[in-house]
Amino acid sequence: MEFQFENFSSFLAMNGHGPYVWAAYGVALLVLVALVAVPVLRQKKLRQEFDRQLRQEEARRRTAKQREVQQEPVTPA
Amino acid sequence: MSWQWFHRLGSPRWFYQKTSVWLPWLGTASLLLLAVGIAWGLGFAPEDFKQGNSYRIIYIHVPAAFLALAGYYIMAICGAIGLIWKMKLSFVVMRAAAPIGAALTFIALFTGAVWGKPTWGTYWVWDARITSMLILFFLYLGVMALSGAFAREQSGDKASALLALVGTVNIPIIYKSVDWWFTLHQPATLKLTEASTIDPSMFYPLITMIAGFYLFYAWVLTLHTRSLILQREWRTQWVRELLGQSAPAAKV
Repeated sequence: MEFQFENFSSFLAMNGHGPYVWAAYGVALLVLVALVAVPVLRQKKLRQEFDRQLRQEEARRRTAKQREVQQEPVTPA
Repeated sequence: MSWQWFHRLGSPRWFYQKTSVWLPWLGTASLLLLAVGIAWGLGFAPEDFKQGNSYRIIYIHVPAAFLALAGYYIMAICGAIGLIWKMKLSFVVMRAAAPIGAALTFIALFTGAVWGKPTWGTYWVWDARITSMLILFFLYLGVMALSGAFAREQSGDKASALLALVGTVNIPIIYKSVDWWFTLHQPATLKLTEASTIDPSMFYPLITMIAGFYLFYAWVLTLHTRSLILQREWRTQWVRELLGQSAPAAKV
């Protein structure tokens, strides 16, 4: 088994079929990369959304606690 | 016989935890095989005496078409399992398989068109093989659209599973189209029952690419399924525990 082309430029040219071969491989690879990227990005987005909600819950709990503490002396006897 | 394994298989949580171990192995193996196969097919396999270098597109075209068809079976069978046994996970896999199948069918159609220009003198002909592949593409898009068209997720599951099942009629037609009708498309290169009409020096890189595509499919299907599981099981306790583990805000 040996490399079928004399040099890099003849490898790119593919005896005149270069544009077809490279277009086919290029587009196919782009689609394959997108297939991996879509779920990875979706997962990342879900994680960020989850963290945001968690922080909100935490903040809400904290303000509720503070209000409780502040309100106590104000309550009429 | 205990059916416990079958019920466990239907649990999204079990699937999510099991597959996190497989994922890196699947990904590495598939990328390795694809890299070797592409270099082999593009640079080291001999030139075709009739089609010249344009034939090198076969190393993308045939594996993508293989998986586009196999992926449809996977999608339809998952839809059937979901309908019959009401298995939640099965519908999730079906939903995950639809965009992957559409992408692979698109690759097969696109590389076929680009290959057709130097070989047949045209990008597109309305012959049996190509038209039935285009129908497959629309079936995938249909399943995707239908599964998202309902406010209730379960209705989308059922409707798109039915469409996927009805669409399986198309698969044998695609397989047999090159034998049944007169067509520009060449007959199958690889055959199960008889000797393949391809030289070993071209066959080995092709089989490498097919293996690589199969592993890639398994990898990507798992990735898609996992992300859909998280989306669906958003409010459940196990997802909260799982995500909460590494969330900085949780450590208060």
